[in-house]
Amino acid sequence: MGRTVTGVDSSDEGPPGDPHGWLPPDEPVSLLDPDGSYHEDPEHPLDLDDEQLRELYRLMVVTRKVDREAINLQRQGQLGVYASCLGQEAAQVASAYALGADDWIFPSYRELGAALVRQVDAAGLLHLYRGTWLSDHDPYAHNFALMSIPIGTQALHATGFAMGAKLDGASIVTLTYYGDGGTSEGDPHEAMTFAGVNDAPVVFFVQNNQYAISVPLDRQTAAPTLAHKAIGYGMPGLRCDGNDVLGTYAVTRRAVERARRGEGPAFIEAMTYRMEAHTTSDDPTRYRTKEEREEAAKTDPIARMKNFLTARDLYDDELEREIDEQAQELATYVRDGIYDADHGDPMELFEHVYVEPEGHFEDQAAQLRAELDSAGEGS
Amino acid sequence: MSTMTMIEAIRATLHAEMRRDDRVTVLGQDVGQLGGVFRATADLRDEFGSSRVVDMPLAEAVIAGSALGLAASGMVPVAEIQFLGFTHQGFHQIASQVARYRYRSRGRYPLQLTIRTPFGGGVRTPELHSDALEAQFVQSPGLKVVMPATAYDAKGLLAEAIRDPDPVLFCEPLRGYRMVKGEVPDEDYTVGFGRARTARQGSDVTIVAWSAAVQMALGAADELARQGIDATVLDLRTLVPLDVEGLAEAVAATGRCVVVHEAPLSAGFGAEVVATLQDECFYDLEAPVARVTAPDTPYPLAGIEDQYLPSVQRVVDATIRTVNQV
Ligand SMILES: Cc1ncc(C[n+]2csc(CCOP(=O)(O)OP(=O)(O)O)c2C)c(N)n1
Repeated sequence: MGRTVTGVDSSDEGPPGDPHGWLPPDEPVSLLDPDGSYHEDPEHPLDLDDEQLRELYRLMVVTRKVDREAINLQRQGQLGVYASCLGQEAAQVASAYALGADDWIFPSYRELGAALVRQVDAAGLLHLYRGTWLSDHDPYAHNFALMSIPIGTQALHATGFAMGAKLDGASIVTLTYYGDGGTSEGDPHEAMTFAGVNDAPVVFFVQNNQYAISVPLDRQTAAPTLAHKAIGYGMPGLRCDGNDVLGTYAVTRRAVERARRGEGPAFIEAMTYRMEAHTTSDDPTRYRTKEEREEAAKTDPIARMKNFLTARDLYDDELEREIDEQAQELATYVRDGIYDADHGDPMELFEHVYVEPEGHFEDQAAQLRAELDSAGEGS
Repeated sequence: MSTMTMIEAIRATLHAEMRRDDRVTVLGQDVGQLGGVFRATADLRDEFGSSRVVDMPLAEAVIAGSALGLAASGMVPVAEIQFLGFTHQGFHQIASQVARYRYRSRGRYPLQLTIRTPFGGGVRTPELHSDALEAQFVQSPGLKVVMPATAYDAKGLLAEAIRDPDPVLFCEPLRGYRMVKGEVPDEDYTVGFGRARTARQGSDVTIVAWSAAVQMALGAADELARQGIDATVLDLRTLVPLDVEGLAEAVAATGRCVVVHEAPLSAGFGAEVVATLQDECFYDLEAPVARVTAPDTPYPLAGIEDQYLPSVQRVVDATIRTVNQV
């Protein structure tokens, strides 16, 4: 029998670092079918109790609710633009949930779900999209780095951070998110090269949502799958059904623990679909069909987890009410925090540019101060 | 003659140039099926096919670097970088390769290529979509740097850029894509590089600008006219080559000058304008040349970009100060 699931530490795969096990499985790892039926997989046992299973579901529902609220806020002119994660909730929530409390996340702009797992203030996050601040949360309070707009840049930061932790002897793993398009940029490529050479404890987590704005996957790569690329950097290429919260969790968990044991980085390709437009500025009807989207909707990550929980008697009306209330509460909190939010003091332009601003720079700040003061007097 | 927006003029020019010369090839992110995130390349693929209108992988270095290779092989690539801020992901190809390739080969490589990219701020974009980085490219000898401000020039300068044997960075004012409208002749024409344009003729002071800042300078000139100050507005149109003579003449004629740009003050192209003027017409100057620019800070997010960018009011104030200097 050929290997189906490879790349991590099962005893039949030879010593760690044996590249024979590094190619991805023929099919992405999947534990939950779209209808919610569960298959046991001895290579991917679940270490989750009932409460944790419910928690994964709750996080996905809350993510979807806040995501919807953000789209509404954008439509009402409260956000400049917004990049939705609709359909990608399982990929984000499961992978973030698979990390330990001290582990770090280096996200792109689309990772609302991962941010909520890290309890980052959801209204604060949206200030990036409102245009208030480039960031609101303290990365060190949540082990959640700043959302990166230029594609793939964060992969290098995750690698450097992981190297730093390793040098410190801390058993920290970093996980960085980027998209299928991001795999084409130089930065993730260079990050994987460096991580591979140094056995850096970093997990490169790609949400393959099939598109980079309008450009489909087959214009990004001729590789059989994105995960096949991993072996070229000297790390296992893993693949999971990114709309299966349990499969994604199990695959990420193994990669994270492997990295923590010092066995090096891993690459995960989570197969998913971007159900919304690229951002609120995009018109997807120009490059994909309604039928395609409808087909993808049948693999919804939340519906299948609900079926799974129901079949296990872990879901009832009370839980539904509870979760809906929580989601509504957070959505309202976000709306209150964002709606007509003050843009703050223009003098912030000059803050945090240098630790000790000097000379010329201070003159420019004084000039703006004077301008603002005289405008204030006039009004 | 038709009335066109800036983006329509650019689109029409790309169509016309691809029809005129079958070596012209368009490449960039989302330029094919989508027709560009601003629709600059809309319908090109339908007419010319996906081998001449190429959706590129998400990597700016491959766009700039393979454009160089295409040009060396005799094609005429017109590459698009989705936002000027993302030229950094291909900067080593643009500055160290595209700009220097002719020089390195002692003129043996043809390098007829154009890199188009949206330029400038004021439209509430996310981070790194608005930064005015033109000076970085001016400091990359070998590259021409072109900055249209009107729909007429967008067509004439783009046609010139595509036909120019040197590589050209063609910066399109993002703010002007749909806001700037004008008469554009239907027939073929080009606007030669290195010739500044008098956007408004005045006698008291000369305001020098390029790209979207030209509109701002014109707005300021209107306001100044109400206050009895008659300003010339000079649109440089190309930073490389710079119309040194036209610049010096326009400033010598009024004896006073204000330069406006969206980039930060220090080592911005305004400094080059000032230095050129003091070389060329020092004794005609009746006041120090003023600069109205962004401060030396990173480009902020939308909420305070109006305070960051030069404004009509700042241009008016600086011009009045300049005119009042004795
Ligand atoms: C360096 C860089 N180039 C271009 C862009 C413009 N851009 C923003 S998102 C995007 C597509 C990203 O696709 P992918 O990596 O698949 O991630 P997704 O948005 O689908 O999550 C592009 C081209 C950018 N932000 N950064």
